[in-house]
Order: sequence, then structure tokens, then C-alpha cells
Amino acid sequence: MEPLARLGRIGIASLERLGRGHLLLLHIFSGITDLITRPRLLIAQLHSVGVLSMLIITVSGLFVGMVLGLQGFYILSQFGAEETLGVMVAASLVRELGPVVTALLFAGRAGSALTAEIGLMKATEQLSGLEMMAVDPIKRILTPRFMAGLLSMPLLAAIFSAIGVIGGHFVGVGLLGVDEGAYWSQMQAKIDLHEDIYNGVIKSIVFGFVCTWIALFQGHDCVPTSEGVSRATTRTVVHSALAILCLDFVLTALMFGE
Amino acid sequence: MSPQPDDSNEPLVKIRGLRFYRGERAIFDGVDIDIPRRLITAIMGPSGTGKTTLLKLIGGQLRPDAGTVHVDGQDVHKLNNKDLYRLRMRMGMLFQSGALLTDISVFENVAYPLREHTRLPESIIRKLVLMKLEAVGLRGARDLMPSELSGGMARRAALARAIVLDPKMIMYDEPFTGQDPISMGVLVQLIPRLSKASRLTSIVVSHDVAETAGIADIIYVISNGKVIAGGPSEQVANSDSPWVRQFMDGLADGPVPFHFPAPPLEADILENATQPPADAGATL
Repeated sequence: MEPLARLGRIGIASLERLGRGHLLLLHIFSGITDLITRPRLLIAQLHSVGVLSMLIITVSGLFVGMVLGLQGFYILSQFGAEETLGVMVAASLVRELGPVVTALLFAGRAGSALTAEIGLMKATEQLSGLEMMAVDPIKRILTPRFMAGLLSMPLLAAIFSAIGVIGGHFVGVGLLGVDEGAYWSQMQAKIDLHEDIYNGVIKSIVFGFVCTWIALFQGHDCVPTSEGVSRATTRTVVHSALAILCLDFVLTALMFGE
Repeated sequence: MSPQPDDSNEPLVKIRGLRFYRGERAIFDGVDIDIPRRLITAIMGPSGTGKTTLLKLIGGQLRPDAGTVHVDGQDVHKLNNKDLYRLRMRMGMLFQSGALLTDISVFENVAYPLREHTRLPESIIRKLVLMKLEAVGLRGARDLMPSELSGGMARRAALARAIVLDPKMIMYDEPFTGQDPISMGVLVQLIPRLSKASRLTSIVVSHDVAETAGIADIIYVISNGKVIAGGPSEQVANSDSPWVRQFMDGLADGPVPFHFPAPPLEADILENATQPPADAGATL
């Protein structure tokens, strides 16, 4: 009986958490109208969530593109199809690696920071303090961060993909001698705006939504102690990574499946 | 009910039959408290009696399981969100940690409620903030960040922020805990001065008997979820109830036992001795 009861307890607790997460999301949405009158709050968060993540995104994008250039060249050259290297690099970046790797890096860099920040604000009674000053902490603190995450992710993914294409060019054309004209013209001919680019953008918007939501919820829902905050931060990264990879499969199946 | 005029003799806060549970444990079990206007009311009790919880119940951050809390004639827990926020603008609260926003300066912290709730021009905000900082003696510290303040200074800065909207009432959560004697002296002086100067209703929640009894007009003592004494401060201070005496005089043993509930010591020791020491290595 005991293990069954424990299983039930875990189930109920998870459902309850899911419910709290959705209520929080609704509350966050209700703050969007307030945000329009205070654009400065959003700009500050775009800076800390988006701009400060750019370095890691750029460097990672460059290296991922360079690796794609190398791997792609060795495989494609076996079929004598080196000039399609540009297509291979761009398609893998725009469709998959751009949105997915950006989201994973985002969860590690910005998501964990968001959770720790909100969790510490809760632990030091700053959220409570705002409430007693008649300021809704969810609308004032969480909503700008949520919108910043949602807006930053597709932009960061676009930067990642663009830098990756340049990295692939550097290795493929610069080092391995693929024809420069072929690299670009094949890419231009084969990469489809709808099929590839729009779908990639949709993916990164979904990931931005989910990652930021998870990060904010974990911070807001954490046990307000140092141990609670550290566990919430870990949970943010783990849950985000799982959510990104599972959702990527679902989205890919929906977009490219027959 | 609409807000009552300031000179009304009705208590500002009226708590009736308040019950609040944390899981199975009753934090409050039928508490009645009246907080009169323009006086300093102290709510005292041993740690863990839910004094902070009481302030959160008054501020509407927590919901009671039964009973009512009326502030200025309004039932706090029946208000909709908008009215609750409007009521909170007339309440200040000083948190134990200060709860200053750590990413903006002392000046901006004090200006925060003004910027949120008023459309005053910058020059007036500046004057108001400087006046409130002057009142707590921190005008010179306005450009410091909260992390650069000592504990006592942070609490004073938070006090300036709590009074910047000129509330009717201010709630102090353990204002004296963890303060050095000088900061403590400053706060002991500051609380009655602010209360007199702005005709504020003050609620001080504390277990520092000497300091709190010295400044309070009315004292309530809470223990085990019930009010065990309440009235004018001299009356409570001279009460001969053994509970109140133990608390006010800081006696180690009395109606509140020194020992946390436990089986007899002999039984506990013998039980451990009869257990095989097989898993002793595993726990090391």
C-alpha cells in the first residue's frame, strides 16, 4: 500500500505544480498591458537576458558551424558533392541546431540566472515587499523577463545560425577549398523560406516561451532558502533541456513529417 | 463599508476569531485583537508563534482558515485585488530583512513607491525622498546600493520607503532582532518619533521584551495560537499570570517547558542501547 500511496502523492503534487505553473503564466500574461506603458522595464531585461547571452551564442555558433563544415565536407566529398556543403551547413543550422543549441545554451545561461534571481528575490522578501507596496511582483518583475525571453530567443537563434554559416564557410571554402560561388548559390537555391527558415523561427519561439516559463516558474515556486534556490536552478536547466529536446521531436514531426 | 474618518475611535485593525493552520498545526486558534488608531501596539510572543504570519494576514498576503481581519472598516480577505492594493498603499510594512530591491540605490528604493503610484514630477519626488531619508538619518547614504548598507541602515532605509507614501499604519516585523546596541537605540527612538509626528498607527511584532515594552502603548502576548494577555503596556508588564511572567522575565522553565515534548529520557536511552549497532557503520 505504501509505495502506491507514495506514487499517488507524487502524481498529485506534479499535477498541482502544473496547475500553479499555468496560473502563473496567466498572471504573467495579464501584466503585458502594464508593460506597454513601461517599455524601460522590458529594455533592461532584453539587455540582461538577450544581449548578455550573445557572446556565448556567437562563439558556440561559430564552432558548431566549423564542425559542420568539416564533417559535411568529408561525407559529401565521398559522393563528390562538396559544392552542396553550403546547403548542408545552412539546413542543419536553420532547421535544427540553431533553435535547439541556442535554446539549450539559453537555458544554461539566461534561464538559470532568471531562476536564481527570482528565487533570491523571494528568499530576501523582495517579492513580498513589493506586494506590500501595492505593486504586483508578477506583473512588474516576471512579465518583463518573460517577454524578454520570448523576444530574445528567435533573435539569438538567428544570430547563431548566421554565425554558423560563416563558420562553415570559413572551414569549407577557406580551408578545404570548396568553391565559394557554389557554397553560396547552392544555399540560396535550396534553402526554402517557408520550409526551413520559418519553421526554425517557430521552433525557437516555442523554445523561448517554454524555457522562460520554466525558469520563471521555478524561481517563483522555489523554497525560499539557499538550498531551495540552488535546487530550483538545477531543475530549470534539467527541465528546460528535456522540454527542448522532446518538443523539438514533436515539432519536427509536425513540420517535416508526411 | 467605506473607510472611516481618521479621528474615529473605532480600532484601525479588528481581528476576530482568527484561525490559521500550517498543515495540521494551528498557528492561530481563535485570536481576537484590536489595534487602536495612532498608538503603538506591540504583539509579542516566543519565536515560532506566527507573529510574522499575523502581519501577512493583516496585509492580505495570506488567507485565514476562519475569522475576519478588518482594516479601516474593510474586510481584508473579501476585497478584490484592486481594492486590496489600494488598501496596501495606506499600509507600510518593515520587513525583518528590509526587503530593499538590491539592484537599485537607496534613493531609488525610497522613490520606488512614488514612481509606481503617483505621477509626481521628478523635483517633488526628490524632495519627498530626501525628507524621508532625513527622518531616518540616511540622507547622506542615498547613493549607496543596498549591499553597501549595514543591517541597521538597511532597516532604516526600508523604513523610509515604508513611510514615503504617508501610510496610516505601519507594521514592523521584528525591528530589533539582530541589531547592535546603537542601531537598536536608533530604532527604539525612531519608531515612537515617527508614530507621534505623522499620527501613525504602529504595530510592532517582536520578542525583544525590554525594547518593545518600552515604546508600546498596548501589548498583546501570544502563545500557542492564543492571546494570553492583552491591554495597556503597564498592565501587561505587571501581570501576574505565570505565562506572561515567564515570557516577560525570560525564565527558562515555567508554563512553557524547557524541553520540547519527548518521551522520558530513560526510555529514550534504553531504547537506543537495546538496538543492535549493526547499521552504525553505514551511517558514518
